[in-house]
Amino acid sequence: MMNRRCFIKKTVSSLVALSGWSVLQQSALAADSKESPTLDALEGKKPLIKQTFRPPNYETPVNYFDAAFTPNDAFFVRYHHAQIPKVNVKDWRLQVGGDALSKPLEFTLEQLRNEFEIVEIAALCLCAGNRRSSFQPPATGIQWGSGAMGNARWRGVRLRDVLARANLDKTAVEVSFDGTDSGILRTTPDFIKSLPLAKALDENTLIAFEMNGEPLPHWNGFPARLIVAGWVATYWIKHLTAINVLSKPADNFWMKTAYRLPKDRFTTEQFDSQVSDTTIPITDIVVNSLITNLTDEQVITGVKPLEIKGVAWDGGDGITGVEISTDAGHSWQQAALMQNYGRFSWRHWRYQFTPKAVGEYSVMARASSHSGNSQPLIAVANPSGYHHNAVQKITIKVV
Amino acid sequence: MRMLFLLLSFFVSTAMAGEESVYLKEGNGKDKVTAQCAMCHSLDYITLNTHIMDKAGWEKTVNKMINAMGAPIEDSDKKIIIDYLASHYGR
Repeated sequence: MMNRRCFIKKTVSSLVALSGWSVLQQSALAADSKESPTLDALEGKKPLIKQTFRPPNYETPVNYFDAAFTPNDAFFVRYHHAQIPKVNVKDWRLQVGGDALSKPLEFTLEQLRNEFEIVEIAALCLCAGNRRSSFQPPATGIQWGSGAMGNARWRGVRLRDVLARANLDKTAVEVSFDGTDSGILRTTPDFIKSLPLAKALDENTLIAFEMNGEPLPHWNGFPARLIVAGWVATYWIKHLTAINVLSKPADNFWMKTAYRLPKDRFTTEQFDSQVSDTTIPITDIVVNSLITNLTDEQVITGVKPLEIKGVAWDGGDGITGVEISTDAGHSWQQAALMQNYGRFSWRHWRYQFTPKAVGEYSVMARASSHSGNSQPLIAVANPSGYHHNAVQKITIKVV
Repeated sequence: MRMLFLLLSFFVSTAMAGEESVYLKEGNGKDKVTAQCAMCHSLDYITLNTHIMDKAGWEKTVNKMINAMGAPIEDSDKKIIIDYLASHYGR
């Protein structure tokens, strides 16, 4: 069998010689069905579940979610573009501009650290399409399982403190964010996202440069990224370099077409300046939970007490309770909530289940939040497969 | 040809280690699909959507790549690419 280096070398020379791909594609048989999960390690990362190599999209195996905070080297990776330059801090600058401010600014990382109050927030970073693969009928896009999320302590400065220096005009409606990553072709629209002004000025919207007490890993946005606590990760721009305060709504593919939901299907936060006739932009995270220590079809040996563990989260209202059913939803009991790290962090929970006899048990978990919302039994359908928060149902076999 | 060469050279420089392990099924149009799609992304973007999209779905996706993402795919190639994707990776 050819080793990788040899294979790549051979591939490259074939490409150059033939200006084609056929040679690359002849040496193995294609998989006949959907790819089974592949574990692969990006530089500096533990092996994660590879969804796509380029742009890199990797999810965290669920067993890492036993920890209150997801380790940086196991934290999920999600990119829209394949050009992801490694940033040298010495060269990095954050530009603050736009047509709705009178004093454009530029900062080095050191200036950000030294000139503003440093704050830290525990917050869940959750991809809008997490659990997309559970939708029936299927939704197109990256077929994420449950691991396109992670909980971390984010340390940085408040965006509003930085914007306060820039003399915002009264005409400001949105603030847009751009990072260093870009498409391979110049014709590919740059990944730029905007927030409503009020969300940009929220005290929980940060420019973070540390994650769990360490500098951000390259694959999670080094040297600085936006943290929009409570909102889905599409807004958490990585490798942040440009902030623009705008008098008109941002108008690009990533705002006007992507990351949208049909109107009137979710009761999430409003983003008025981006509402169209039929759709709204996705905003905050919906209430949800995940069983982390058991998997579907798992066999448990012995009729004895069994601990069921998991996490629950929402967009910042805070979790009020998690109910567990071990009889397919006929009856529900409260799980114990573990330590509270703040309303934007996920919350671990535990429930002790004592099966009465051998047999199959259908285990379900249902979280509720201070908003009064709880998880639906069936996920709310939407074309792009976002916000999958249906109550999870797994079968365990006690033998 | 020169453009193709440049693009392929560029691809080689931006390819992520590991993606050479992704293979597409043999069939008419495979070379075009590989050359055009792998310019910007690894081919697992195709295989991970196996059996999820029907022909209309693949057509919509290819149109999105051209119109929204700026993929320089000629009309004559577009049909070949959609047919290949629908027949090998369609629902």
